[in-house]
Amino acid sequence: MAISEPAPAPAKPGQLVEMSWDPITRIIGNLGIYTKIDFAKRRVVECHATSSLFRGYSVFMKGKDPRDAGFITSRICGICGDNHTTCSVYAQNMAYGIKTPPLGELILNLGEAAEYMFDHTIFQDNLVFVDFCEAMVKQTNPSVLQRAQTTEAPNAELHGKRTIADIMTAFNPFEGELYKEALAVSRVTREMFCLMEGRHVHPSTVYPGGVGTMPQPNVFTDYLSRLIGIVDFIKRAVAMNNDVFDFFYEALPGYEEVGRRRILLGCWGAFQNPDVVDYRYETMNEWGKAMYVTPGIVVDGELVTNNLVDINLGIRILLGSSFYEDWVNEEPFVTRDPLGNPVDIRHPWNQTTLPAPGKRDFADKYSWVMSPRWLDPRTGEHLALDTGGGPFARLYVTALSGLVDTPYVQSTGQSVRITLPKGRTLPETTLEWRIPPWSNALERNRARVYFVAYSAAMALWFIEQALERIRGGDTKVFQEFDVPDEAIGCGFHEAVRGVLSHHMVIQDGKIANYHPYPPTPWNASPRDSYGTPGPYEDAVQDMPIFEENGPEDFKGVDIMRAVRSFDPCLPCGVHMYLGKGRVLRKVHSPMFGATHG
Amino acid sequence: MKQQHTIEESANRPGGRPAAIDEIHILWISEGMSCDGDTVSVTASSQPSIEDVVNGVIPGLPKVHLHNKVLSPTLGGEHFLAPFRAAARGELEPFIFVVEGSIPNEKINGEGYWTSFGNDPETGEPLTLNWWIDRLAPRAWAVVAIGTCATYGGIHAMAGNPTGCMGLADYLGWDFTSAGGLPIVNVPGCPVQPENFMETLTWVLYHAAGSAPPPPLDEMLRPQWLFGKTVHEGCDRGSYYEQADFAGDYNSPKCQVKIGCWGPVVNCNVPKRGWMSGIGGCPNVGGICIACTMPGFPDKFMPFMDMPPGASLSSALVKPYGAFIRRMRGITNVTANKEPKWHHNRDELTTGYDPRWRPRRTTTRSR
Repeated sequence: MAISEPAPAPAKPGQLVEMSWDPITRIIGNLGIYTKIDFAKRRVVECHATSSLFRGYSVFMKGKDPRDAGFITSRICGICGDNHTTCSVYAQNMAYGIKTPPLGELILNLGEAAEYMFDHTIFQDNLVFVDFCEAMVKQTNPSVLQRAQTTEAPNAELHGKRTIADIMTAFNPFEGELYKEALAVSRVTREMFCLMEGRHVHPSTVYPGGVGTMPQPNVFTDYLSRLIGIVDFIKRAVAMNNDVFDFFYEALPGYEEVGRRRILLGCWGAFQNPDVVDYRYETMNEWGKAMYVTPGIVVDGELVTNNLVDINLGIRILLGSSFYEDWVNEEPFVTRDPLGNPVDIRHPWNQTTLPAPGKRDFADKYSWVMSPRWLDPRTGEHLALDTGGGPFARLYVTALSGLVDTPYVQSTGQSVRITLPKGRTLPETTLEWRIPPWSNALERNRARVYFVAYSAAMALWFIEQALERIRGGDTKVFQEFDVPDEAIGCGFHEAVRGVLSHHMVIQDGKIANYHPYPPTPWNASPRDSYGTPGPYEDAVQDMPIFEENGPEDFKGVDIMRAVRSFDPCLPCGVHMYLGKGRVLRKVHSPMFGATHG
Repeated sequence: MKQQHTIEESANRPGGRPAAIDEIHILWISEGMSCDGDTVSVTASSQPSIEDVVNGVIPGLPKVHLHNKVLSPTLGGEHFLAPFRAAARGELEPFIFVVEGSIPNEKINGEGYWTSFGNDPETGEPLTLNWWIDRLAPRAWAVVAIGTCATYGGIHAMAGNPTGCMGLADYLGWDFTSAGGLPIVNVPGCPVQPENFMETLTWVLYHAAGSAPPPPLDEMLRPQWLFGKTVHEGCDRGSYYEQADFAGDYNSPKCQVKIGCWGPVVNCNVPKRGWMSGIGGCPNVGGICIACTMPGFPDKFMPFMDMPPGASLSSALVKPYGAFIRRMRGITNVTANKEPKWHHNRDELTTGYDPRWRPRRTTTRSR
């Protein structure tokens, strides 16, 4: 198809070229990335992330019945909506003072495990890997492709692909054998999800107080059979991902700098332990630590806290570059938490969303995403935490915390050991994810495939427990409740892409305030009122580029790999367009762009 | 791109049979008030699968070029936007225009925008979805709205919303006709049931190929064969309803009409068809129907977990009949649960076996 493209003006040495990608493809939602690139130094000098979509959930949920929250908030996102329903149900359980029956809890865990397996597989293999496939690398780094053709894959006997280039070819979109296999696996895993939660992605059988899923043995057998059918696919995927990412480090020395940022990770925990969780705020620290993915915050490789109460109290929603009026002069909803701790006006419980659409101005307001930050009590810094796309933070925090100990998954303090059972062709396999030295694009992607294995292993554990309960005659999956006139609740959960919180305030039996904070607002946030860039901006800014094309036919593949490694999902929370490279201006200082408003 | 047929040639043919189109673009914009859930849902279909349609595996369909943000092999930006820009200039045809997400009211926000798709190359300002609809819809060979947001406004058009959003037909007009002579094709659902959409798309593609009439739609522009029946008519818990046997909470396998299910009045085939590959669903697997395929969704069905007002009367009416019938069936069921008495291991045969058995004649007929 010959559609003429505007030809960019060639850039002279020492000149910055404006490059933007808007919309970004192969992500969920609406994202634009706007950069300034110094081609002479082969570096990205400045980056702005913007999202140009606003729907206003926290606005139209006011005054509605609190029990509708799980059904409504699911619609926030078309790939992880069930995470919202689950998180909402957690928050409602707290507000209503109830606890899901243990079997109901296990069914939710199984549904969410299937969601992780589905979402990470389709995103990694059908969206991310297109950036690493043979067709793409041929266009961006022909010499790397040549090298890949003569590089034997270390794990060839496991996955059957002789060279690195063979793996890359298998991921060519719509044609590659693995691309198509991954689509098929994404269907099997969704069938597993539907067995537990009714339908994908907006669940039908998930309620506050439990589930409507009928806990017959065959529901679990049907899930287990499908799970066993894909364990070998997962083992091969881990091996192939390791081969490709290790090759990139080797073929392009310095590639660890792509998408690299300071290690600032948040994880809100996943998979409740039905024996411990009671959904009371007062005991949230205890049941949070009992979750099968450990909540926590890591700063520079050091664990700051695992306590969900501390995590909750430290959340601040900052403005600065977003299309909203401030709410600090509004009436607060919650001045103290149930333990008597003061709650800040910038906390989601007290937020009022006041949309103020306006022109996009990168020096002022330029995004519909707000800037969530976490106030570090040790330093008073408002940290722009990221989730590393979800799996990276989950594995990092869980590995460091050393709290998870199940038959199939164990945290060691420096790593997570994951055991997958024998499959149709491969034997029982133990994988070990070790904490890597960097928080960068390749490690975020690598963690994603390991987390598919993690979810599969945990699902086995949940199946065993669920069947044991059913055989013992326990089939209760739902707990009756009444909606109180006045209550507050908070839910903490790991959406596929990372941290997810729902904060709810009930007054007169209706929703008075409701603020969901999914992972992408954290990752895709614009510069806050202190001028701190959001994680995408931070990870792309000052990043080296390795692409062999000059500004005329520059694709921006390294920038795209950096952004996609976070698994952007903008309905939950930007847009990149490779337009005409406009020559910006001559710069003599390498510090250009270091001071931004 | 090789041009196949001009739009004038394929429009308004007698009998609605277009000229055969053998190559077509699908320009898919999910930048409405959307969650991309319908795009994601479509990747779940295997009846047919999106890759089979794109790879030309389904016999008799035109060659399809899919331009969808989530699945696009491009890196994004202008590479991705090129076919959309070409179509807006009138340089790309024929194409099917798929819209995902509700259409916001951009008249109410001053200099801002509720949602955009790419930028104006001249000014660098975001181009709104509405700008694109105004240019693409009149040129499209067919216009398809996917999901309840794009069809009828959906969840984002809920009371109290700030964007004033609506469905595509509310924006373009319910009598809108595409360049190919088709009304808007609405495929509602939140998200769309994967196979429902792929099957509708396939029908539209067969129509483009000249081998099928236009898809039969109802007055809300839904495919009749998918949305002509109610949830209740296809629900395997409907028989509990007939016996007046209702679930009192969500632990029960019985009919959920008293705990929030709107199935009896909702046009949707999910319980009959399952969610994907026959698995999952809504009330058939314990998930109340919240009427997510309907134009009145969500406001006319909230609070979702309360009994629909009409259900109290109908369930009261069915009670005496249902209770009686259930008891009678219970009695018959006891009999049906017993084997006949000649199934035994005694040393005699009591089946009535007779090797010389003949039917007894009452009259003799002369030949």
